[in-house]
Amino acid sequence: MAGTPVLSALDALTGALFLLTALGVVATRQVLASLQLFIAQSLLLTLSAVLLGIARGSIHLFAVAAITIATKTLLIPWLLRYTVSAEVYRTREIERVLNIPSSLLIAAVLIVLAYVVANPLLGVVEVPFAQINLPLGIAAMFLGAFTIAVRREAVPQLLGLLAVENGVFFAGIAIVPNLPVIAELAAAVDVPVVALVVGMLTRRIHARLGTTAVGQLASLREQ
Amino acid sequence: MVLAGILIIPLLASGFALLPLGRRFAPPITLLASAVVLGLATAIAAEVARTGKAAASGEWLTCDGLGALVLLLVAFVSFTAALFSWGYIAESVKRGRRKSIQPYYALYNLFVLSMLSVPLLANVALMWIAVELTTLLSAFLVGFEDTPEALEAAWKYVILTTLGAVLALLGFLILYWGSRVAGLEPFTWVGLVAAAPRMPPALLWPAFLFILVGFGTKVGLVPMHTWLPDAHSQAPASICALLSGVETTTVLYVILRLFPVVGVAPGLDARPWFIGFGLLSVAVATLLFIHVRDFKRMFAFSTVEHMGIILVAAGLGGADAHLGAAYQMVAHSVGKSFCFFAAGVTVLGVGSQDIGAVRGLVRSSPLAALALLAGSFAIAGAPPFAVFVSEFMIFKAGLASGQYLVVALLAVLVVIAFCAVMLHVNRMVFGVAEREIRPAALPYSCKATLALAAIPLVVIGIYVPTPLYDLLKAAASAMGG
Repeated sequence: MAGTPVLSALDALTGALFLLTALGVVATRQVLASLQLFIAQSLLLTLSAVLLGIARGSIHLFAVAAITIATKTLLIPWLLRYTVSAEVYRTREIERVLNIPSSLLIAAVLIVLAYVVANPLLGVVEVPFAQINLPLGIAAMFLGAFTIAVRREAVPQLLGLLAVENGVFFAGIAIVPNLPVIAELAAAVDVPVVALVVGMLTRRIHARLGTTAVGQLASLREQ
Repeated sequence: MVLAGILIIPLLASGFALLPLGRRFAPPITLLASAVVLGLATAIAAEVARTGKAAASGEWLTCDGLGALVLLLVAFVSFTAALFSWGYIAESVKRGRRKSIQPYYALYNLFVLSMLSVPLLANVALMWIAVELTTLLSAFLVGFEDTPEALEAAWKYVILTTLGAVLALLGFLILYWGSRVAGLEPFTWVGLVAAAPRMPPALLWPAFLFILVGFGTKVGLVPMHTWLPDAHSQAPASICALLSGVETTTVLYVILRLFPVVGVAPGLDARPWFIGFGLLSVAVATLLFIHVRDFKRMFAFSTVEHMGIILVAAGLGGADAHLGAAYQMVAHSVGKSFCFFAAGVTVLGVGSQDIGAVRGLVRSSPLAALALLAGSFAIAGAPPFAVFVSEFMIFKAGLASGQYLVVALLAVLVVIAFCAVMLHVNRMVFGVAEREIRPAALPYSCKATLALAAIPLVVIGIYVPTPLYDLLKAAASAMGG
């Protein structure tokens, strides 16, 4: 295809920004900033899906892009505002387990690890764009999981979980040539339901306990 | 069509629970719906056992030996748990903070629906959605009693198991990639087994590991098990029976499905991973048994132990070990759901989940004491209960194939676990009560559930009917026996 090198370069740029937003979610101090970074990350995922869709002439990838825009940049922020607006819009620092410099150091190690994991997969089959999307997607996934581990509050943990999902889809759109309709449905159904369930649970925890610092909930543990 | 019926009935029951009529009639309708589903599931299982072939192998719905076994177990436990819920949830609403039973029954039916669809859906991607929905639909059931502990448990449950499911999703996407590389097989379990020999091992292997670790979280494999004792001890007893008895088994089913896929691929061997994760889970559960202070938590650890044993049995390989694994799945589902019903009536009677607070139960509440004793004997693996027989089958198969070290380790751990469980239960049932407990009257439906669930508990250890044995055989061969 004629435009492939250009598209590939654009996709690489998108991927780099995508990873930066994932790092931002790890490092940010405020809930609202986390949410905005998540929306930016979702937009970059959409952009990558569009680029891949143009390169491959695949209508499926445009569908993924449309679903991502609808669910992750519109529906989820709306759901969060509806269920836990007080949590999202209060400006204060998020309680965390590790300080930011150490978090970023571990994040760097995780990115290297993602390349180690992705490398053997890329050796077997030549798929254009997978070289960019697979390792970066896995890296974003690891960073999201790490965010869940270091955050002690409900909404930031949810955003970490959604970032993991973004990472999986960022990798997924490249490695699965024609994503089946099913996977699109999964994206459409699953992500908002996760957000809704977790959001409502957060609301209940807030109503019952007056806090959403879920890391402080520690009455259940082995003696 | 019968398969579609199994999925539609719980959906209708769920909708009914939300109608104004559901305020009074949701419990009987749920019970009726689950009885019909149990009947249909039994018919399908009997057909699969008789013919030895899949009941349907369409593009959308399918049901082979292993699927029929899991379907039957889910249908059975959802029926007994529906009966138990009738009295238990009414009592819990009367005492607790909740006002209405309607959300409980609406979610209960949807949760059961999601578990029933896991073994029935042919398409692997759809099945992933079903597994993910089992978590999301049961989250509010875990937190139903609305205590701080229950909400904490529900939170950990949702975040950790969803994270696991998303990891597994990457595994499934890589698996899909591999099956495309291997040729145009449909993305079903049958298609995957057909495509596996041509799949590049560099794709199949990471896919397997992502799914094992991701769904292993939901099965409660150590070290991803941390959420399980919390969720399984804080949910209402009827939900614990479903979570522990069949939800874990349903997800384990998915992992067992991968075993033949990896098995036919050249140069890959999943067995050491199965045995490793399995033994680690059994060992950690055994250690946790010794110090446990909450009896519902003790039964939750027993689930971790049983999942480990089934995984070890699958990893030992061979038709006999796989038959033992299938039998252990049945024994676990029947025994563990019974234990949680027994724990439920004990909590109703005594008002505490603390092992230390329950002493001399045999004098204050003989029915709860008898149930607790029988259930604990059954899950700890005393003869003549089914867990004893299945563990014996697994040991024998392992020795026959010369895997002495694994069998020896497993046997030692199982014996320690047995002693620890019986020590705790012995104190609860026969210990000297420090203060007089005035037990509350138990709802009739709870008593009826105990009587009903006790029948298979006692029977399957002594006598396995021929159709069930054929079904176990079919399930074992689906594991690549």
